Amino acid sequence: MTSIHEYILETRAMDLSIAGRSLCKNLNLRITKGECIGVLGQNGTGKTTLLHTLLNFRQPQAGEVLLCGRPVSVWPRKELATTLGILFQNNSDDMPATVLETALLGRHPHLDSWQWESSADVALAQSALADMGIDSLAERDVTTLSGGERQRLAMATLLTQAPMLYLLDEPGNHLDIAFQSKSITLLRRQVIEKQLALCMATHDINLAARFCDQILLLMGDGKFLLGESHEILTPANLSKAYGCEIREVSYEGGRIFFSA
Amino acid sequence: MIQRHHYILLALLLVLTAVSFLISFSSGSVDLGIGAVLRQLINPEPGLERQILFELRIPRSIAAFLTGGLLALSGVIMQVLLRNPLADPYILGISGGAAVAALASILLGFSGIWISNAAFCGALFSILIVFGLARSQNSWSATRLLLTGVVISAGWGAMINILLTTSANNSVYSMLFWLMGDLSQSSAGITSALVLLSGFLLMMMLATSLNVLTRGDLQAASLGVNVARLKLILYFSASVLTACAVTIAGSIGFVGLVIPHMLRLLGARDHRVLIPASILLGGSFLMIADSFARSIIAPQQLPVGVVTAIIGVPAFLLILRRTRPTLE
Repeated sequence: MTSIHEYILETRAMDLSIAGRSLCKNLNLRITKGECIGVLGQNGTGKTTLLHTLLNFRQPQAGEVLLCGRPVSVWPRKELATTLGILFQNNSDDMPATVLETALLGRHPHLDSWQWESSADVALAQSALADMGIDSLAERDVTTLSGGERQRLAMATLLTQAPMLYLLDEPGNHLDIAFQSKSITLLRRQVIEKQLALCMATHDINLAARFCDQILLLMGDGKFLLGESHEILTPANLSKAYGCEIREVSYEGGRIFFSA
Repeated sequence: MIQRHHYILLALLLVLTAVSFLISFSSGSVDLGIGAVLRQLINPEPGLERQILFELRIPRSIAAFLTGGLLALSGVIMQVLLRNPLADPYILGISGGAAVAALASILLGFSGIWISNAAFCGALFSILIVFGLARSQNSWSATRLLLTGVVISAGWGAMINILLTTSANNSVYSMLFWLMGDLSQSSAGITSALVLLSGFLLMMMLATSLNVLTRGDLQAASLGVNVARLKLILYFSASVLTACAVTIAGSIGFVGLVIPHMLRLLGARDHRVLIPASILLGGSFLMIADSFARSIIAPQQLPVGVVTAIIGVPAFLLILRRTRPTLE
């Protein structure tokens, strides 16, 4: 293997800005197989914009995004969707469909347009629903689900899509504390076992501290800190990034951050 | 995922379509009877019955089926495109543009095919106006498209009222019939059949993408759909289908809005099932409605648009009540 393929995703000298405001300058992000990376920063520092840029929903102002060594902009949309999947911050489920049908949409990039989902696809969707604890809701209409159930369904759809790199935008949204850690633990385990990768944007420092190997901390003025989780996540860095005093306490095997 | 109940649904709809054709062939001011219709179809004998059947009934039934199919398919597409369950084929002002042109041509004393041609041109004109206005720099959002369409419709509505209030009495009567939707003057040629067939095939090719698009633009894009291109195709397909339907029969309400919903409530949410099912049910529904329209107060005829609402409203409410989703 050449060095290129060690990285599932790589940004080279990427500049991002939105409405004339710089979000990051000269970002060289590298996501390797089996790795989880967390994107942290205050509201409006460009976490979601960054994820959307990785997906080629928008172009960076400078630099490029490489997926498996190939610029993301030259990937055909459908092929891209077999490799890169995202959990959005908000899902809109206002047209009727059952939970199982919605999860099965995750197979769309893997199927030809005339092809029906096979029983293997259905089994995959059902096991994803079971992983997310909503298999009993398979026949329910999505418009009747609660916020937390919708979030779990969105995760199940992502699992059914089975990409190489999971992009998660606020994965903890609407989820209770038990399910937050259960679902991320499950994704984390898959990332290690199947040599995938995960990149999550979150406002929950503790979630990132617990699950991420690398942290990208966006400062909001184009500057950022990127490195190993334990190096970046310090009260000093966090206090600076969030503009308020953040302290930490240690417990066996981990650290908890809180605002003082 | 296709399930057994989908096959059953499609089989039932095929039977319904065949039965509707027979009913439509047999009913009218001269009651032929289904037996006589079958006899004539299998072994045509010269005479009045044959003349009525082949020269009046069959062309009209085909026109009704095609119009219903076009409207229902267009309704399916509009509801996905605008991601709004209340969208119907006319929501973007296509029928308004067609109506103004058709009414103006009636006012100028044209008749028959010239009214249809005017209606088609009016529809195309409206399609292009809405498209041009709704498109911002790169893409258009459902809301922007919807608002543009609704406002343009309102503009056409005002012009329709001007034409109605300033016209002579005798032309107002034919104008009202046109506005309510009427199949008595219509002839649907091979062109409409080809439009429906190609619309059907195109949408079947895109059916899985439509399934994904119902979950929103971003989700669809992340699952590998080229959203901007798909929406463009959807907009123009739905527009051409609607324009074609309006050209055949004026603006018949209700079919495009309600048929797709009825089928969704009956479990056909997957577009690979919903698309053929909508065409069959839309076509059958309009044939049945048209049969009523020309036999209830025969020899006088009602505009079919009135009948679609009279049958459709209770039928839809019944299905809606029976399948109310169980909220906890």
